[in-house]
Amino acid sequence: MNNRNVILFVGGLVFGFGLAWGGMAKPEVVLSFLQLKDYGLILLMGVATGTTFIAINIIPRFVAKPILGGEFKPRSRDLTRNTLLGAVIFGIGWGLSGQCPGSSLASIGIGNLMVLPGIAAMFLGAYVMGRFFGS
Amino acid sequence: MGVAFVYVLTGLHATQSSLFSTTISYFSKIPYFQRKSYLESREWRLFFAVGVILGAAIYALTVSPEGFWTTRVQLWRILVGGFLVGLGTRLSSGCTSGHGISGIASLSTTSLFAVITFIIFGVITAHVVQFLGVLP
Repeated sequence: MNNRNVILFVGGLVFGFGLAWGGMAKPEVVLSFLQLKDYGLILLMGVATGTTFIAINIIPRFVAKPILGGEFKPRSRDLTRNTLLGAVIFGIGWGLSGQCPGSSLASIGIGNLMVLPGIAAMFLGAYVMGRFFGS
Repeated sequence: MGVAFVYVLTGLHATQSSLFSTTISYFSKIPYFQRKSYLESREWRLFFAVGVILGAAIYALTVSPEGFWTTRVQLWRILVGGFLVGLGTRLSSGCTSGHGISGIASLSTTSLFAVITFIIFGVITAHVVQFLGVLP
């Protein structure tokens, strides 16, 4: 296990703890946001995005390179028809089940084993995408 | 915090939905899954995923007032929804963490459009499901 993997593991611990603490490991809480009853999700996402914004846009002004090497590169993706079509499909699945990839992993951690078939279904969906629509 | 911490130390975007495709690369020979970016990131993505699971477990065992917990969402919703989440996030190249946290924080307009789209469709779907009397 190299240093980078240790950092990823520790980062994952913090991320999972935060998601669970914010209630996002529970599909019911996510659904209550999507039913517009509770705005905790957007608040949590806003704070997480703010913290990450500082890491991506401000820290690189003072530190030339990531501490363990590599390079700082903001995330960028081209906007295509698939970006939006995929977002529509994801939104429907999200609204139906209250699960998204990160929250479902955290959900295992809080003992919600009901999410395991959901994660298996996510793998199947990702496979179907790569097999039939991948380029 | 977790995503920011990883980025400052390694320059990597610790996002979630790519985990599915990169992990499939261990099993599938299809060229789509054997692309270089997947092979290079598949190991650290697994470390991150295990961390997320254990981090949530630490929460359940320490601060959580209720300990371990199980959802009341029906299995059919978990299965059908999960399939659509897997398909949709990969087609869109991002999910709530990739487009939502990393993408918006990178000031990517692509991600902004993706986030607005999946929130609108999530809200509509959740309302339809609720309207049909399927709870929670």
